[in-house]
Amino acid sequence: MLARVGSAVLRLSEGLVEWFRFIGELTLAIGRMARLRASFPRADFAYLVQQAGAEALGIVTLVSFLVGLILAFMGALQLLRFGASIYVADLVGIGMSREMGAVMTAVVMAGRTGAAYAAQLGTMKVTQEIDALTTFGFNPIEYLVLPRILALCLMMPLLCLYSDLMGLFGGIVVGTGMLDLSIAQYWKETVAAVHLTDFGLGLFKALLFGVLIALAGCLRGTQSGRSASAVGDAATEAVVTSIVLIIVTDGSLAVICNVLGI
Amino acid sequence: MPTYAAPSPQREPHIVVRNLTMAFGNFVVMRDLSFTIGRGDIFIIMGGSGCGKSTLLRHLIGLEEPARGEVFYDGESFTKADAGTRRDVLRHIGVLFQSGALWSSMTLSENVAMPLAAYTDLSPPEVRELACLKLALVGLKGFEDYYPSQISGGMQKRAGLARAMALDPDILLFDEPSAGLDPISSRLLDDLILDLRDSLGSTIAVVTHELSSIFTIGDNSVFLDVESRTMIASGNPKDLLAHCDLPNVHRFLTRGGDEGSPERKP
Repeated sequence: MLARVGSAVLRLSEGLVEWFRFIGELTLAIGRMARLRASFPRADFAYLVQQAGAEALGIVTLVSFLVGLILAFMGALQLLRFGASIYVADLVGIGMSREMGAVMTAVVMAGRTGAAYAAQLGTMKVTQEIDALTTFGFNPIEYLVLPRILALCLMMPLLCLYSDLMGLFGGIVVGTGMLDLSIAQYWKETVAAVHLTDFGLGLFKALLFGVLIALAGCLRGTQSGRSASAVGDAATEAVVTSIVLIIVTDGSLAVICNVLGI
Repeated sequence: MPTYAAPSPQREPHIVVRNLTMAFGNFVVMRDLSFTIGRGDIFIIMGGSGCGKSTLLRHLIGLEEPARGEVFYDGESFTKADAGTRRDVLRHIGVLFQSGALWSSMTLSENVAMPLAAYTDLSPPEVRELACLKLALVGLKGFEDYYPSQISGGMQKRAGLARAMALDPDILLFDEPSAGLDPISSRLLDDLILDLRDSLGSTIAVVTHELSSIFTIGDNSVFLDVESRTMIASGNPKDLLAHCDLPNVHRFLTRGGDEGSPERKP
């Protein structure tokens, strides 16, 4: 028992050391980029932006629209009892812009892009492509990790904004179809309820989640073993790590926002 | 454990491995490896499957850290050098990995061009021209715009060789260069390795267990013994064949020799 606890603690501390080392190396790479000394293939970056942006629109549209729809439907069932169905617009607007837009986009991107990053880097490790980069004097963090983190940081707030709008659209469908509200009424109530701070908070969360997803995906990819099953494990671990980090961070931010009155 | 060292020509030391022990955690792969690779030598690292030849190559270029011992290039410790110094040393080394290790998102010419673009002042058209030239040298003319996934394993290996030669490095390290190649391509590769040494004066270390290559190109060698987990013989491969009577070395160099498999006995 004692031995098991000891080995678990050792594994945990090794994991933390690897996280800190990875973040340290990444910080150095960002420093080099800030001094215009970092370089990575521009074509690869453009492809990564496309992969983390335009190619994700379909799934983000579907998930966000349905989440907005479900939020509105559940709210409507309760609010109808009090004759307060117009407040469905407040519920969906605030819910999507502050929380659900960022969280749902992050969960989708963790499963889609975070896993892809882990699999790409894991496969590159298996085929010795990362070794080849290192032996040519190229820094793998600079060449492989930095562009992926930048691409996701760039795309996550945009996808979040898009997700907010799709969620609102889902709410409008319930509001007009089930509650007999007009589009103008619904829109006016949404505009009155949702402030720029709510959108700002959601976009900030999306940016933060983007960093976490890219970090988890790239770290698990570079930690991958040298076999096909190890690459699969790395992709799974990337998704699990990302989702845990997203939920824990979101919970922490909710408490902080409450304390600060945001 | 008895060892054998065949006399070998004394050249200026280029790479020195001293008391190197390779281990993964508590598992010792090889211990107490000490040998010198002379400038301009074609040095063979040989031994049975799983003895740690490729692992030794990875230690030579810093992809694995030794449990003990050091690797020196031109008298300077590579093992104890900082990251910047290591990068400077690595710029003078070309490596052909076992699988070719081409960057899969790039075409063959882009693979060869990447180090050229990063480390030379050549213009993009000149870089492209030189990359095509290097590919032509390994028989891949006409495949410049193919992606690694579109060509065979042998061709990938040749493209990897072209990339390793891109910067005309002082040192070339080849991990199983002939594996997966047909006999004619394998022979052409041996000729190419000899040409590279003769024309550029490169120091070349080759990990292989292809006997024909070992005897054709090897000036010097080290034999890693999987049983004793250390090197037990060193010297010119032909001398080892002629004079070394250590059973494991003799069996290896004679493809099983007198003690070969029962079905080969008359």
